[in-house]
Amino acid sequence: MKKSKIFWGYLVLALVIYGVGQALISMNVIDLYYQNMLITMCINLMLAVSLHLVIGITGQFSIGHAGFLAVGAYVSAIVTMKLGMPFIVAILAGAIVAMLAGLLVGIPTLRLKGDYLAIATLGFAEIIRIVILNIDYVGGAAGMQVSHMTTWTYAFFTALITVIVISNFTKSRHGRACISIREDEIASDAMGINTTYYKVAAFAIGAFFAGVAGAIFAHNTYIIQPASFGFLKSFDILIFVVLGGLGSLSGSVISAILLTFVSAYLANFPETRMIIYSLVLILVMLYRPTGLMGTKEITDLFKSKKKGGMTHDE
Amino acid sequence: MEWIQQLINGISIGSIYALIALGYTMVYGIIKLINFAHGDVFMVGAFIGFYAIAKWEMNFFAALLLAMMLCAVFGVIIERVAYKRLRNSTRIAALITAIGVSLLIEYTVVFFRGAQLESYPKTIENKTITILGAQIGTHSILILSVSIGLMILLQFIVQKTKIGKAMRAVSHDADAARLMGINVDNTISATFAIGSSLAGAAGVIFGLYYTKIDPFMGVIPGLKAFIAAVLGGIGIIPGAMVGGMLLGVVETVVSALGFSLWRDAAAFIILILILVFKPEGIFGKNAREKV
Repeated sequence: MKKSKIFWGYLVLALVIYGVGQALISMNVIDLYYQNMLITMCINLMLAVSLHLVIGITGQFSIGHAGFLAVGAYVSAIVTMKLGMPFIVAILAGAIVAMLAGLLVGIPTLRLKGDYLAIATLGFAEIIRIVILNIDYVGGAAGMQVSHMTTWTYAFFTALITVIVISNFTKSRHGRACISIREDEIASDAMGINTTYYKVAAFAIGAFFAGVAGAIFAHNTYIIQPASFGFLKSFDILIFVVLGGLGSLSGSVISAILLTFVSAYLANFPETRMIIYSLVLILVMLYRPTGLMGTKEITDLFKSKKKGGMTHDE
Repeated sequence: MEWIQQLINGISIGSIYALIALGYTMVYGIIKLINFAHGDVFMVGAFIGFYAIAKWEMNFFAALLLAMMLCAVFGVIIERVAYKRLRNSTRIAALITAIGVSLLIEYTVVFFRGAQLESYPKTIENKTITILGAQIGTHSILILSVSIGLMILLQFIVQKTKIGKAMRAVSHDADAARLMGINVDNTISATFAIGSSLAGAAGVIFGLYYTKIDPFMGVIPGLKAFIAAVLGGIGIIPGAMVGGMLLGVVETVVSALGFSLWRDAAAFIILILILVFKPEGIFGKNAREKV
């Protein structure tokens, strides 16, 4: 009862944010630059939250998330531009194909652990990029033209759905199974949890929402090129998750929003931006290896200690 | 005869990978860290070599030595500043720090000199000589002989000297080594110094061979060298040499068959196949990893 009330409360809050954004846009209070920034924020938020499920919740260190972003972007672009279907179909198609790619990548690689998994996912993302580079149908290295279809409404609601699905997944028994894998894979295996199943499931869900983000991203830019989905993009997404706190959904959301602001203001100084990013990454890892929020959620700050029982720590 | 030519080209490219892979494999063997910044040490080595030859008019071998020395110092600084504190932290934290260091080096270089390409000066003429009907460039022979010389030197250091013995001991069991009176910190720094100097040498000969260098040149060869290290069995020195040369030959063959755009994908496919089917690598045993 209590929990569902909190849920509806957040949903209303989210709708208010949407309403304010939409009103500001329709009354031309904010110009195209800031409108684009809001949409980019939603895209980054989706990417951060979907990677958070893989790294933060399940503890599988994947650094190839841009590969699924690329799959979502290209598949959705094919659906709208070549097949002439509506945008919503394109989003779904991009997401589903990205999820299939996630399954394809996840089933062989998730047997690996730690460093090897990281390198294998990076390798797969590079293979995806090289494959796209070599397909003439989607324009190869020159890229593919995509018409602008993303609006604040699409971007906001896809991001909202992403957050709701992943937060509810985390709180379900499946989510607890994933957390147990993060904490100790051998122990959770011994408790009868099918670790391979849950790892692959988390990976596929993460890939699904990366695909959604890809569809929104593709239709927000006028041209998509394989070069935008290199491993630097994967590292960008990784920074959101790491800075926010490995295992904190609200942390990922906050850092995605903050870093989008920062990179928008530093857009004219890309080197400076990357120097700051990398310094932040190193300093956070040296002095606060759990990230800014650790595994805590922002809602934990408002809870009184008496109630307890909701921490994600153990 | 053309195949012999391709084979020799492959081996000489592969020996560059092997030189970089040695640094990866030694560092991984000793502190279980994938040093992502290693590819950038290679890049810094190439730039030091470039400035030494083009601006300070040194000859090729002097530039090679200078790049090796400065890269060794650079590697030790990276280790002391960034990695030393992370010895007892999680693997993920160490890996993220390594990625951060790598990005920091790349973009600091871009910040100071821009991202544009630089053409390597031609210090040594590339002549073609014919051996048994195969046309072989003198650069290939030079690269091959420099790499093999360095590898023999490395084997000598690791197997015959005191510091090499310490490195093997630390990679086997750091705590036991410390109890035996080995200075573990210095040994780890020495490993970084040796690995980085090899990467610096690889940078200079890469510049000579490909003639184009830029601040991001280290990323792809770095990843490929890592693949080479995994292919040969990470932590095993001869494995890195064989893995690197094998990778070079495979790439040359893929290019020669007309799939040059797929060359980079071939390396990653090899990586995934080896990780899935034989993660300990060609020379690996199921037992613990060694230097």
